[in-house]
Amino acid sequence: MIQAKYTVVRGDYARAGEASADIKRTLKQLGVDSSTLRRIAVASYESELNMVIHSLGGTLTLVIDNDRVKLTSNDLGPGIFDVNEAMQEGYSTADDIARNYGFGAGMGLPNMRRNADKFAIYSMVPDGTTIEMEFNIG
Amino acid sequence: MTIEHLCTLIEGKPLTTLDTDRTVVSGYTCDLLSWVMAKGSPDAAWITVQTHMNVVAVAALHDMACIILPENITMEGAPLEKAEEEGIAVLTSPKSAYEICGIMMCEGIPASE
Repeated sequence: MIQAKYTVVRGDYARAGEASADIKRTLKQLGVDSSTLRRIAVASYESELNMVIHSLGGTLTLVIDNDRVKLTSNDLGPGIFDVNEAMQEGYSTADDIARNYGFGAGMGLPNMRRNADKFAIYSMVPDGTTIEMEFNIG
Repeated sequence: MTIEHLCTLIEGKPLTTLDTDRTVVSGYTCDLLSWVMAKGSPDAAWITVQTHMNVVAVAALHDMACIILPENITMEGAPLEKAEEEGIAVLTSPKSAYEICGIMMCEGIPASE
Protein backbone atom coordinates (compact mmCIF):
# COMPACT_ATOMS: atom_id res chain seq x y z
CA MET A 1 0.00 0.00 0.00
CA ILE A 2 1.24 3.47 -0.89
CA GLN A 3 0.12 6.50 1.06
CA ALA A 4 0.90 10.20 0.72
CA LYS A 5 -0.47 13.34 2.33
CA TYR A 6 -0.30 16.83 0.84
CA THR A 7 -1.00 20.14 2.52
CA VAL A 8 -3.09 22.63 0.57
CA VAL A 9 -2.84 26.29 1.55
CA ARG A 10 -5.72 28.73 1.26
CA GLY A 11 -5.22 31.23 -1.58
CA ASP A 12 -1.96 29.67 -2.81
CA TYR A 13 -2.76 29.62 -6.52
CA ALA A 14 0.92 29.45 -7.50
CA ARG A 15 1.36 26.02 -5.91
CA ALA A 16 -2.07 24.65 -6.76
CA GLY A 17 -1.61 21.55 -8.86
CA GLU A 18 1.67 20.41 -7.30
CA ALA A 19 0.00 17.63 -5.31
CA SER A 20 -1.92 16.49 -8.39
CA ALA A 21 1.24 16.49 -10.50
CA ASP A 22 2.97 14.37 -7.86
CA ILE A 23 0.01 11.97 -7.64
CA LYS A 24 -0.01 11.67 -11.43
CA ARG A 25 3.74 10.93 -11.48
CA THR A 26 3.37 8.25 -8.79
CA LEU A 27 0.51 6.52 -10.62
CA LYS A 28 2.29 6.73 -13.96
CA GLN A 29 5.28 4.93 -12.43
CA LEU A 30 2.88 2.19 -11.32
CA GLY A 31 1.76 1.76 -14.92
CA VAL A 32 -1.79 3.12 -14.57
CA ASP A 33 -3.28 3.65 -18.04
CA SER A 34 -3.34 7.20 -19.35
CA SER A 35 -7.12 7.60 -19.43
CA THR A 36 -7.52 6.55 -15.77
CA LEU A 37 -4.51 8.66 -14.91
CA ARG A 38 -6.17 11.75 -16.36
CA ARG A 39 -9.44 11.09 -14.54
CA ILE A 40 -7.61 10.88 -11.23
CA ALA A 41 -5.46 13.91 -11.99
CA VAL A 42 -8.47 16.04 -12.95
CA ALA A 43 -10.41 15.05 -9.82
CA SER A 44 -7.36 15.64 -7.67
CA TYR A 45 -6.68 19.05 -9.19
CA GLU A 46 -10.29 20.15 -8.75
CA SER A 47 -10.06 19.05 -5.14
CA GLU A 48 -6.86 21.03 -4.59
CA LEU A 49 -8.34 24.08 -6.28
CA ASN A 50 -11.53 23.89 -4.24
CA MET A 51 -9.49 24.01 -1.06
CA VAL A 52 -7.34 26.89 -2.36
CA ILE A 53 -10.39 28.91 -3.40
CA HIS A 54 -13.05 28.09 -0.84
CA SER A 55 -11.50 26.67 2.30
CA LEU A 56 -9.25 27.78 5.10
CA GLY A 57 -6.76 25.18 3.89
CA GLY A 58 -6.60 21.44 4.30
CA THR A 59 -5.03 18.19 3.23
CA LEU A 60 -5.28 15.83 0.31
CA THR A 61 -4.54 12.19 1.04
CA LEU A 62 -3.68 9.55 -1.52
CA VAL A 63 -3.96 5.84 -0.80
CA ILE A 64 -3.11 3.25 -3.43
CA ASP A 65 -4.21 -0.22 -2.45
CA ASN A 66 -3.98 -3.04 -5.03
CA ASP A 67 -6.42 -2.07 -7.76
CA ARG A 68 -7.91 0.99 -6.10
CA VAL A 69 -6.87 4.59 -5.62
CA LYS A 70 -8.51 6.57 -2.86
CA LEU A 71 -8.29 10.35 -2.68
CA THR A 72 -9.58 12.16 0.40
CA SER A 73 -9.68 15.90 0.90
CA ASN A 74 -10.18 17.29 4.37
CA ASP A 75 -10.44 21.00 4.92
CA LEU A 76 -10.53 23.20 8.00
CA GLY A 77 -13.76 24.98 7.17
CA PRO A 78 -15.92 26.94 6.71
CA GLY A 79 -18.10 24.11 5.35
CA ILE A 80 -20.76 24.16 2.65
CA PHE A 81 -24.17 25.41 3.66
CA ASP A 82 -26.12 23.55 0.95
CA VAL A 83 -24.22 20.62 -0.57
CA ASN A 84 -26.95 19.81 -3.10
CA GLU A 85 -26.76 23.34 -4.46
CA ALA A 86 -22.94 23.20 -4.57
CA MET A 87 -23.09 19.96 -6.58
CA GLN A 88 -25.03 21.63 -9.40
CA GLU A 89 -23.03 22.54 -12.52
CA GLY A 90 -22.67 26.29 -12.80
CA TYR A 91 -23.27 27.05 -9.14
CA SER A 92 -20.31 28.90 -7.65
CA THR A 93 -19.45 31.09 -4.70
CA ALA A 94 -15.92 31.85 -5.97
CA ASP A 95 -14.61 35.36 -5.37
CA ASP A 96 -13.17 37.81 -7.93
CA ILE A 97 -9.61 36.59 -7.39
CA ALA A 98 -10.57 33.05 -8.34
CA ARG A 99 -12.57 34.29 -11.32
CA ASN A 100 -9.63 36.38 -12.55
CA TYR A 101 -7.58 33.18 -12.63
CA GLY A 102 -10.26 31.56 -14.77
CA PHE A 103 -11.83 29.50 -12.01
CA GLY A 104 -15.26 29.74 -10.42
CA ALA A 105 -17.32 28.28 -13.26
CA GLY A 106 -19.09 25.99 -10.82
CA MET A 107 -17.62 22.86 -12.42
CA GLY A 108 -15.35 21.64 -9.63
CA LEU A 109 -17.54 19.30 -7.58
CA PRO A 110 -19.52 17.97 -10.60
CA ASN A 111 -16.20 17.34 -12.37
CA MET A 112 -14.91 15.36 -9.39
CA ARG A 113 -18.07 13.28 -9.25
CA ARG A 114 -17.95 12.64 -13.01
CA ASN A 115 -14.35 11.43 -12.94
CA ALA A 116 -14.46 9.29 -9.80
CA ASP A 117 -15.84 5.74 -9.68
CA LYS A 118 -17.11 6.43 -6.17
CA PHE A 119 -17.76 9.89 -4.75
CA ALA A 120 -18.94 11.05 -1.36
CA ILE A 121 -19.06 14.49 0.23
CA TYR A 122 -19.68 15.40 3.86
CA SER A 123 -19.83 18.97 5.06
CA MET A 124 -20.57 20.74 8.29
CA VAL A 125 -20.66 24.51 8.85
CA PRO A 126 -18.28 25.82 10.20
CA ASP A 127 -16.13 22.69 10.74
CA GLY A 128 -15.27 21.84 7.14
CA THR A 129 -15.75 19.51 4.23
CA THR A 130 -14.51 16.00 3.51
CA ILE A 131 -14.60 14.54 0.03
CA GLU A 132 -13.85 10.87 -0.59
CA MET A 133 -13.20 9.59 -4.08
CA GLU A 134 -12.29 6.13 -5.31
CA PHE A 135 -10.91 5.04 -8.65
CA ASN A 136 -10.52 1.52 -10.01
CA ILE A 137 -7.12 1.05 -11.58
CA GLY A 138 -7.20 -2.73 -12.04
CA MET B 1 -0.03 17.70 -37.66
CA THR B 2 3.21 18.52 -35.86
CA ILE B 3 3.33 21.46 -33.46
CA GLU B 4 6.08 22.90 -35.65
CA HIS B 5 3.85 22.87 -38.73
CA LEU B 6 0.96 24.39 -36.79
CA CYS B 7 3.30 27.07 -35.48
CA THR B 8 4.20 28.04 -39.06
CA LEU B 9 0.55 28.12 -40.16
CA ILE B 10 -0.48 30.53 -37.40
CA GLU B 11 2.68 32.64 -37.93
CA GLY B 12 3.54 31.71 -34.38
CA LYS B 13 6.66 32.01 -32.33
CA PRO B 14 7.63 29.24 -29.89
CA LEU B 15 8.33 30.45 -26.34
CA THR B 16 9.58 27.00 -25.29
CA THR B 17 11.64 24.30 -26.94
CA LEU B 18 9.60 22.50 -29.59
CA ASP B 19 9.51 18.73 -29.70
CA THR B 20 9.62 18.38 -33.48
CA ASP B 21 7.93 14.95 -33.43
CA ARG B 22 5.02 15.89 -31.16
CA THR B 23 1.70 16.10 -32.95
CA VAL B 24 -1.52 17.99 -32.32
CA VAL B 25 -4.64 15.85 -32.70
CA SER B 26 -7.36 18.28 -31.63
CA GLY B 27 -8.03 21.88 -30.67
CA TYR B 28 -9.86 23.72 -27.93
CA THR B 29 -10.30 27.34 -26.92
CA CYS B 30 -11.55 28.65 -23.59
CA ASP B 31 -10.28 30.93 -20.83
CA LEU B 32 -12.25 29.37 -18.00
CA LEU B 33 -9.87 26.87 -16.50
CA SER B 34 -12.60 24.93 -14.71
CA TRP B 35 -14.24 24.43 -18.08
CA VAL B 36 -10.99 23.27 -19.68
CA MET B 37 -10.45 20.86 -16.79
CA ALA B 38 -13.77 19.25 -17.69
CA LYS B 39 -13.30 19.27 -21.47
CA GLY B 40 -9.56 19.10 -22.14
CA SER B 41 -8.01 16.15 -23.93
CA PRO B 42 -4.57 14.68 -24.61
CA ASP B 43 -2.44 16.02 -27.48
CA ALA B 44 -4.72 19.03 -27.86
CA ALA B 45 -3.69 22.55 -28.83
CA TRP B 46 -5.35 24.88 -26.31
CA ILE B 47 -5.85 28.52 -27.24
CA THR B 48 -6.17 30.86 -24.27
CA VAL B 49 -5.36 34.41 -23.18
CA GLN B 50 -4.56 33.21 -19.65
CA THR B 51 -0.82 33.04 -18.90
CA HIS B 52 -0.46 32.12 -15.22
CA MET B 53 0.90 29.00 -13.57
CA ASN B 54 -2.44 27.18 -13.43
CA VAL B 55 -2.71 27.21 -17.24
CA VAL B 56 0.42 25.07 -17.42
CA ALA B 57 -0.87 22.80 -14.63
CA VAL B 58 -4.15 22.19 -16.47
CA ALA B 59 -2.36 21.54 -19.79
CA ALA B 60 0.05 19.13 -18.09
CA LEU B 61 -2.67 17.20 -16.26
CA HIS B 62 -4.42 16.63 -19.60
CA ASP B 63 -1.19 15.77 -21.47
CA MET B 64 -1.94 18.53 -23.96
CA ALA B 65 0.49 19.12 -26.81
CA CYS B 66 0.65 22.90 -26.65
CA ILE B 67 -0.74 26.16 -25.35
CA ILE B 68 -1.31 28.87 -27.98
CA LEU B 69 -1.47 32.49 -26.86
CA PRO B 70 -3.29 34.65 -29.42
CA GLU B 71 -2.79 38.34 -30.36
CA ASN B 72 0.91 38.42 -29.44
CA ILE B 73 0.19 37.70 -25.79
CA THR B 74 3.32 36.42 -24.14
CA MET B 75 4.18 34.20 -21.15
CA GLU B 76 7.17 34.84 -18.92
CA GLY B 77 8.94 33.65 -15.80
CA ALA B 78 7.83 30.73 -13.65
CA PRO B 79 4.90 29.54 -15.83
CA LEU B 80 7.16 29.36 -18.87
CA GLU B 81 9.84 27.48 -16.92
CA LYS B 82 7.17 25.08 -15.68
CA ALA B 83 5.90 24.53 -19.24
CA GLU B 84 9.43 23.73 -20.37
CA GLU B 85 9.83 21.30 -17.47
CA GLU B 86 6.51 19.58 -18.21
CA GLY B 87 7.21 19.34 -21.94
CA ILE B 88 4.26 21.54 -22.91
CA ALA B 89 5.03 23.77 -25.89
CA VAL B 90 3.92 27.40 -25.58
CA LEU B 91 3.39 29.37 -28.79
CA THR B 92 2.41 32.97 -29.33
CA SER B 93 0.67 34.11 -32.48
CA PRO B 94 -0.27 37.55 -33.86
CA LYS B 95 -3.62 36.10 -34.93
CA SER B 96 -6.80 36.16 -32.85
CA ALA B 97 -8.18 33.05 -31.17
CA TYR B 98 -10.94 33.07 -33.78
CA GLU B 99 -8.46 33.10 -36.67
CA ILE B 100 -6.29 30.38 -35.10
CA CYS B 101 -9.33 28.12 -34.63
CA GLY B 102 -10.31 28.80 -38.25
CA ILE B 103 -6.88 27.80 -39.52
CA MET B 104 -6.87 24.63 -37.42
CA MET B 105 -10.35 23.62 -38.58
CA CYS B 106 -9.44 24.25 -42.25
CA GLU B 107 -6.41 22.00 -41.78
CA GLY B 108 -8.64 19.21 -40.51
CA ILE B 109 -7.78 19.40 -36.81
CA PRO B 110 -11.02 18.49 -35.01
CA ALA B 111 -12.37 19.97 -31.79
CA SER B 112 -11.29 18.24 -28.58
CA GLU B 113 -13.84 15.86 -27.17
